[in-house]
Amino acid sequence: MATPDKVDPIHQFHINKLVDLHVGGFDVSFTNSALFMVVTLVVASAFLLLATSSRALIPSRLQSVAEMSYEFVANMLRDAAGKQGMKFFPLVFSLFMFVLVANLLGMFPYFYTVTSQIIVTFFLAMVVILTVVVYGFYKHGLHFLKLFVPSGVPAILLPLVVAIEIISFLSRPISLSVRLFANMLAGHITLKVFSGFVVSLSALGTVGIAGAVLPLGMAVALTGLEFLVAFLQAYVFAVLTCMYLNDAVHPGH
Amino acid sequence: MEAEAARYIGAGIACLGMGGAGIGLGTIFGNYLAGALRNPSAADGQFGRLIFGFAVTEALGIFSLLIALLALFG
Repeated sequence: MATPDKVDPIHQFHINKLVDLHVGGFDVSFTNSALFMVVTLVVASAFLLLATSSRALIPSRLQSVAEMSYEFVANMLRDAAGKQGMKFFPLVFSLFMFVLVANLLGMFPYFYTVTSQIIVTFFLAMVVILTVVVYGFYKHGLHFLKLFVPSGVPAILLPLVVAIEIISFLSRPISLSVRLFANMLAGHITLKVFSGFVVSLSALGTVGIAGAVLPLGMAVALTGLEFLVAFLQAYVFAVLTCMYLNDAVHPGH
Repeated sequence: MEAEAARYIGAGIACLGMGGAGIGLGTIFGNYLAGALRNPSAADGQFGRLIFGFAVTEALGIFSLLIALLALFG
């Protein structure tokens, strides 16, 4: 739809094949999206390995950041799911670090934002929900279904409440994934739209360049907001993961 | 109606949803401030919940912005 000479804010999300690869009729090409997932993993792992390699009693600045992120997620999980929930700490910490590093890497110009792809965030959300369902049934058997039957509800209201609980449970993977995906997508598009205003206004001459100061300032402010959103969405993803895991550890609230 | 015109009108209508998110955010921050001024010592403890409510509410506004942007450029 957008002609090539126009500003195209969607262009940054195009997936390009870097290495063409077909295995048994499936297209498993190595794309720029896959490249940045690998980069995200490497950056997160390298940061944590490097930061904790000295294991000093008095931590260096790098080690302090690693310890703070550990404590941050550990407290979050302990508050939401209690002591029994701590066995899920590796899962929650990995998810938090992956989403955080992917979001922050996406803020660099010309870098690809992995979390702006719905399939990536939907897969992350499905990992969480399937963990909840599998662990819930493994640990509590059929008692896990008490999750859908809140105690203290009048019998006449029960069918309605159970239906609502089931629908809300089924919509969790969708809301969890769409929240992260939409925030990253809309944020990056907004940045590009305001940058596009700067370009098209400054093409108008002296008056246009004077007017372009406004969208330029807006773009700078939005970049700051995007850094906040990048951290917040990783935090929200991790907090909601903790809350859902709490349902698996303690069903029947 | 031309398809192009309908697309721009649709994008404008989709942006109305952001007004709802604005009302919600105003309620959240207003109530937080009211509570914080009554009991300043408890304010810091609720900051995490404030930010959580902000993120969850803001996401709904982002949804409608996303629809508008997709209608414009998608």
